[in-house]
Amino acid sequence: MEGIHTFFYSIKQGIINLKRNKMFTITSICTITACLFLFGLCYSLVSNIQYIVKSIEGNVAITVFFDEGTKDSQKAEIALELKENKKIKKVEYISAEQAWENFKEDIFETQPELVDTFEEDNPLADSDSYLVYVKDMSEQNSVVKTIEKMDGVRKVKSSKEAVKTLVTFNRVIGIVSVVLIIILLTVSTFLIQNTIIVGISVRREEIRIMRMIGATDFFVQGPFVVEGITIGLIGALIPILVLLITYNRVLNWISSQFGVLTNWISFLSLQSEFMVIVPACIGLGVGIGLVGSLVTVKKHLNV
Amino acid sequence: MEEKSAKIVSLSNVSVTYPTGSKALKNFSIDIYKGEFVFVVGASGSGKSTFIKLLLREVEPSSGKVVVNGKNITNLKHKDVATHRRRIGVVFQDFRLLKDRNVFENVAFAQRVISMPHRLIGRNVSKVLALVGLEEKKKAFPKELSGGEQQRVALARAIVNQVPLLIADEPTGNLDPKTSMEIMQLLENINRQGTTVIVVTHDREIVDMMQKRVVTIKDGEMFSDVEQGQYTESLAASETRFNME
Ligand SMILES: Nc1ncnc2c1ncn2[C@@H]1O[C@H](COP(=O)(O)OP(=O)(O)O)[C@@H](O)[C@H]1O
Ligand SMILES: [Mg+2]
Repeated sequence: MEGIHTFFYSIKQGIINLKRNKMFTITSICTITACLFLFGLCYSLVSNIQYIVKSIEGNVAITVFFDEGTKDSQKAEIALELKENKKIKKVEYISAEQAWENFKEDIFETQPELVDTFEEDNPLADSDSYLVYVKDMSEQNSVVKTIEKMDGVRKVKSSKEAVKTLVTFNRVIGIVSVVLIIILLTVSTFLIQNTIIVGISVRREEIRIMRMIGATDFFVQGPFVVEGITIGLIGALIPILVLLITYNRVLNWISSQFGVLTNWISFLSLQSEFMVIVPACIGLGVGIGLVGSLVTVKKHLNV
Repeated sequence: MEEKSAKIVSLSNVSVTYPTGSKALKNFSIDIYKGEFVFVVGASGSGKSTFIKLLLREVEPSSGKVVVNGKNITNLKHKDVATHRRRIGVVFQDFRLLKDRNVFENVAFAQRVISMPHRLIGRNVSKVLALVGLEEKKKAFPKELSGGEQQRVALARAIVNQVPLLIADEPTGNLDPKTSMEIMQLLENINRQGTTVIVVTHDREIVDMMQKRVVTIKDGEMFSDVEQGQYTESLAASETRFNME
């Protein structure tokens, strides 16, 4: 029976406390909002960069050319062997005609007058090939070496530069995100600690009196827990709202400033960002609020 | 000797040593019976508040045995402390009211702590506020009250749960003589209705006037324990010396 009464009392008193200690409430909400906003910002930044890198990676392929006169059955065997390789994601066959068409398209864009000079005669006959996509960029070199040793393979073409750049870039992003998270955690811990210290000094007397009268730990903690959760929730909803309003605008702005980029890269949709940010912010906010309030009370319960 | 009514407080050979090494109570024994009104007197630093803290289980005895309300609280677990305190009403020199809650809420708070159903709280609180003469100030906040009024609120809070034992640690320490007398009269009323009352005080006039049992503590030891006693001559003498030092 104690539970029900205490539960409603806790909710009511928690909300009353929030209103009474306005300054404390506002500071706490601002602290959590600031931390979670930074978190959201970092996350969108890093996840977008990773997404862009991934999509570039997905377009980088190894081209495998065959020895002259290689039979179709032998080509099929090569394909089979490639597909069995765990490091390889996808193998695509490019016929000679297709290669010619692609080539013409490329040329046409820059020097259309040249196309006619080739007439209908395909100079790329015999240059059918496989396009091999690897799962992990950093494995590309070893895959190239394996393919080069295979029978019937004349030449393996890969862009070593592109791979090197992407692998380095990925590593840099990894380090940057770790550093950002460490900074963020340090700042958050510091801010939240300060908020809790203020909370303790505000509540010391109150908790002492509650204990004196014979309030259980559960009863003393109740309103504080309600307070903490509410502060955490509001502190999470504000940055979510801000990101909701600004995300697409910022992306549009970036696209308009760097128009060239839009042909090459695309960004993560707001929806897929929010799949992570919303639960993470709410979880973190409520978690911080809850732990903060419990820490505040615990210090004074042993009287 | 004929058996008296049941003991409500019983200390047997209790010693309290604080972590600082200060020996606040030494081999202290006392029995207090249901319905009694007891003054505890002694020079400042003699161990009176430590005695109160023992009963509330704010400090644990270093040795000896403490029984309150029929329960041995010598080694009470943390989770049982709350239940133990619910059976003791307590008031202090500094009132200890919640500053952000009005008179009614301060008293009702004690009822909420014991999960009193909502519909009964209003009635019970009004009843004790009438008893201490503060019905009209229900909505006032502590800072709008005089010291005497604040102590009445604290008293109302202490007794609203119909506790068998009421403890007051220098309840009139911050009050003028007239108000002090009124508070003492209230305590006596409460005692007459059956509640055991233990009052720590410095106030010689009150002690001498009320003719109650007087327990004198000196340097953490039982100095004297007298029915219908006075603020002891010898203590007065020792206090004078103390003051002159
Ligand atoms: N929390 C404490 N820590 C260390 N020493 C204490 C503490 N409380 C009281 N004392 C010491 O114990 C002795 C008795 O104190 P107390 O019980 O408060 O006396 P009284 O209430 O009679 O003035 C004093 O010497 C005091 O300094
Ligand atoms: Mg004292």
